[in-house]
Amino acid sequence: MKFSLSWLREHLDFTASLEEICATLNRIGLEVESVDDPTERLSGFRTAKIVEATRHPDADRLQLCRVTAGEGYEEVQVVCGAPNARTGLHVIFAPPGTYIPGSDITIKPGKIRGQLSNGMLCSLRELGIGEDSDGIAELPEGTPLGVDYVRHAKLDDPVIDIGITPNRGDALSVRGIARDLAAAGLGHFKPWLVPTVESEGASPIQWVLDHPACPYVTGRLIRGVKNGPSPAWLEQRLESVGLRSQSALVDITNYLMMHVGRPLHVFDANRLKGNRLLLTSATREQFRALDGQDYVLGTHDLVIADEAGVQSLAGIIGGETSAVTDDTTDVFVESALFDPVRIALTGRRLGVQTDARYRFERGVDPALVRTGLEAATSLIVELCGGIPSEVTEAGAEPDWQRTATLRFARLATLGGLEIDADKAVTILEALGFEVKERGEGQAVFSVPSWRNDVASGRVLAQAHSLDKSVAERAAAHVTQMEAEADLVEEVLRIRGLDEVPAQPLPQPHMVPPAAVTAEQSRAALLRRLCAGRGLMETVGFSFVSDQDAALFEEGREQDRLLNPIATDLNQLRPTPVINLLRALGRNIAHGQGFAGDAAFFELGPCFGQEGDRLILAGVRGGVSARAPGHVAEEPSWMEAKADLWSALLTLGMAEASLSCTADAPDYYHPGRSGVVRQGPKLVLGRFGELHPRVARHFGLSGTVALFELNVAAVPQPKMKRKAAPALSALQPVRRDFAFLADKAVQIQDVLKAVRMADRKLITDVRLFDIFEGGTVPKGQRSLGVEVVLQPQKESLTDAQLEGVMAAVEAAVHKATGATLRR
Amino acid sequence: MANDLENLKNDTIAALQRASTHSEWDAVRVGTLGRSGTLTGLLRQLGSFSHEERKERGQALNRLRDELTYLIEQRGREIEALALQQRLAEETVDITQPTPAAPVGLIHPISRTIEEITTIFGAMGFHLAEGPDVESQWHNFSALNTPEHHPARTEQDTFYLPALEGEEELRVLRTQTSGVQVRTMLQEKPPIRIIAPGRTYRADHDATHSPMFHQCEGLVIEKGITLGHLKGCLTEFLRAFFNQPDLPVRFRASYFPFTEPSMEIDIGWSRETGAIGAGADWLEVLGAGMVHARVLSNCGLDPAEWQGFAFGMGIERLAMLKNGIADLRSFYESDLRWLRHYGFSALSPATLTEGL
Repeated sequence: MKFSLSWLREHLDFTASLEEICATLNRIGLEVESVDDPTERLSGFRTAKIVEATRHPDADRLQLCRVTAGEGYEEVQVVCGAPNARTGLHVIFAPPGTYIPGSDITIKPGKIRGQLSNGMLCSLRELGIGEDSDGIAELPEGTPLGVDYVRHAKLDDPVIDIGITPNRGDALSVRGIARDLAAAGLGHFKPWLVPTVESEGASPIQWVLDHPACPYVTGRLIRGVKNGPSPAWLEQRLESVGLRSQSALVDITNYLMMHVGRPLHVFDANRLKGNRLLLTSATREQFRALDGQDYVLGTHDLVIADEAGVQSLAGIIGGETSAVTDDTTDVFVESALFDPVRIALTGRRLGVQTDARYRFERGVDPALVRTGLEAATSLIVELCGGIPSEVTEAGAEPDWQRTATLRFARLATLGGLEIDADKAVTILEALGFEVKERGEGQAVFSVPSWRNDVASGRVLAQAHSLDKSVAERAAAHVTQMEAEADLVEEVLRIRGLDEVPAQPLPQPHMVPPAAVTAEQSRAALLRRLCAGRGLMETVGFSFVSDQDAALFEEGREQDRLLNPIATDLNQLRPTPVINLLRALGRNIAHGQGFAGDAAFFELGPCFGQEGDRLILAGVRGGVSARAPGHVAEEPSWMEAKADLWSALLTLGMAEASLSCTADAPDYYHPGRSGVVRQGPKLVLGRFGELHPRVARHFGLSGTVALFELNVAAVPQPKMKRKAAPALSALQPVRRDFAFLADKAVQIQDVLKAVRMADRKLITDVRLFDIFEGGTVPKGQRSLGVEVVLQPQKESLTDAQLEGVMAAVEAAVHKATGATLRR
Repeated sequence: MANDLENLKNDTIAALQRASTHSEWDAVRVGTLGRSGTLTGLLRQLGSFSHEERKERGQALNRLRDELTYLIEQRGREIEALALQQRLAEETVDITQPTPAAPVGLIHPISRTIEEITTIFGAMGFHLAEGPDVESQWHNFSALNTPEHHPARTEQDTFYLPALEGEEELRVLRTQTSGVQVRTMLQEKPPIRIIAPGRTYRADHDATHSPMFHQCEGLVIEKGITLGHLKGCLTEFLRAFFNQPDLPVRFRASYFPFTEPSMEIDIGWSRETGAIGAGADWLEVLGAGMVHARVLSNCGLDPAEWQGFAFGMGIERLAMLKNGIADLRSFYESDLRWLRHYGFSALSPATLTEGL
């Protein structure tokens, strides 16, 4: 919402500076988005006169102008290329140092084709304030010399643009803003006087109201008007706030909309068919609006129609066929109320944004329908002549009267502000509230017609899950509490929130309890772990392209966005691996990843067949750094398994409780990937190398190692007190075994069998060698396993040791068929 | 002293001087003091001398033995030291050779910022609460006093997802984390102090808008909590977060459907230099207000009994301001060079003890 200070002055007597006004607007909730002060933007330009213009000796199209521009610039030579520069012409002069906004340059003294030029004669385009027909701007004969041009041309009228919050439909007018500023003590609010115009005879055009979205509509015919350009003051008003002047009749409606917030529409009565205007639902028909666009209307849209068809999309935009033109002689003026929801729905569906829609959507003053019509009539008669008919109307002004009660103590107990009750009342009165009743510690106010946002009493949307009694209790006081909070807000807003003293939040404990649960703290732990293992944390979008997603999981319709902003961001991701692979590709394309650094992880939400869940995923690509003794190597499944394993151990899983199976999803390399479970069922994660087919889709060459961990599936370790550790004084005994096993035998089965052979004595089991070929029979391999035996009380005797060794041998043989290699 | 003894001494000293390795030295030692060594031989012959001669020669021999033993041992140590010196000289390397560099992983600025926010509010007694990214329209809008067709609802450029089977209403990607507040009020009895950081989504993409970003909202519901406490709590937070005990903080009246009175909160900064806390300009960083009576009622709380405040902030925005990050989009581009530049060490998590 833009307005100029001079326009504000029509509603507010003030002496405050521009800075004070802006500071106050910000404070009271009318946020200043920008200020355009032409005095600053166009400083330096002076009025001047060309004393003599002669031809440049060395250029046909240039002239040497001897210019006088008042004190300090009594005689200046300027080289000018404008064809209309001539002796005696009054001009706008920019001395050296002046910034020219229209061409984004700062004037410097210099020579043009050998002749001194100490400034510039300007066009309005160069000032950024208009268009010239040809050459430089021509000021009228007799313009005083050496005067600041901005002031001379009355351009010194700053324009403020403020953002209006959706609740403040009443502030979408200069008058509404003036009222708030007056309440904040910035000036005196002037009355708005609407002269009554005498009318003659009934309107030959009558309203017929047939739609619930229009409670009240008024109008009148004005015969014998003469449309044409608006007077300068009106044109300037509109242009100052960025509205294009069109014709007096249209400009008057726009002016009143900005002036007092009343949207209006004018029809050329001679272009209407029949003598009735019908407010009704559209049928499925095409409508050409004033903006030249064709809209296909639906049966829910509210329109104004005559016998020929739709003439206006009510409250949003008028139609082209009945628009006023310069030839219009009879004009029908409309002033009405429309349902904000209806306007919003139609406007949104058709994608048409107009100033009228914007205001109706946010709620207009229901008591201003008739006054607005009168104001329009009087302005039309004043500027265009004509004879108005009597008013025709249908429906009635809705019952907008309501009250709100303020217990003054609430200013402190809700708002935190100790303020005198009388002062609060004064503020509310300045905003248009009236005291209806004042009792002990409280007052009842009537709410002004333009404050749709106060004590509005909309219906609740209580949770369905609430018990009936809870819901009833929670709803019992809401209307009065809301209305009261509305009033507290008004007082605080106008008084300024800076007046509220800050209070420390009460602290029930000196040392607060942990802010996160044990479950939540695992996320931070995993992040630190992965970063510590050399993986870089990334944050990827939760949506990816459905084509990428399809390689990982059959996409579900219900995870497809209905209104994606791009086709590559249209599907909720089944795994962060997609984002990580894209990141890998981009970084490798940037020439990164040659030092083991193409390694990323993300901890974030995933969607799809397994439901919403938190996944930790990591990928490693590129190659490791070369170094003396080390060649560059691609990552392998082993690193991915190590990453996943360390994450599981960090979360407190016992290694012995985990098992691997080779059944990872098919985006993994089928022979180099696995699924990690606790017990037979509970899947915790998977790891391996990326399937080359998927790698190719992402444009990746070389091996990519990846893992995924379903964080919430990992059980929380039990928080029981730890038993004392058994720290034996005896030396552990280490023994190496070499098992000959079929290649199909899985290492984890061998290790598990060893571990289980004597769960008391055997404290550690390690694979130290895998050997094939040589003397090892074909189809078999030799597995070197180191076993650590930890005696607790007494050293092991040879017999005991032999016994354990035999048990290990037997257990492994039984579980896997492997034999000791001798 | 007899000549032979003098000769032996001189010969042995000369031999020791010639010996330069351990084995050469050992040969001298054995050849002199060993079982068949020269000195041992002379001692053995002592019996063949007369009683008088024997006494004198015996003394001389003993002296010589002590002397030679000392000289041999001394030379032994010298040779050992020389050998060590030589070995060490041979072991010399070019210590300017770089060590193998392990790739460094770092924590993303968004995670770090959430940790910092959680740490500060945790110190004020808040708990971290979480909720789903896909929400019902009731949780995201209606419960928060934003009815259908309300301009605030349409202005938020919501992403929609198809309705679940058997239901009619489209689901939404949450445009704010307020749904978490709603769930908390429905599930827990006041007093409540929570913060809800998380991913949020709006159908908007340009230099200053991302279709996904992060917000942190907070909620306090307690008896006797006023707007004064809101100001105190959030001022404290901002000053702790930006490490500036005197950071200028300004509260401006504003509007949100779910709070009343509502406000926006600015901090002082310099438009020219971008420095936080300096200069004459203001920068909006937070939205807040007293929880709207209707929101309390929608969640089963009687607004005549309970009140409190709520607030919300953009996490990327705070991270950008604190760390001087210029471009919003860079957060999600996973560019290694950017991540190395702005990432945080995993070894220094956000704690109040070590400072934020």
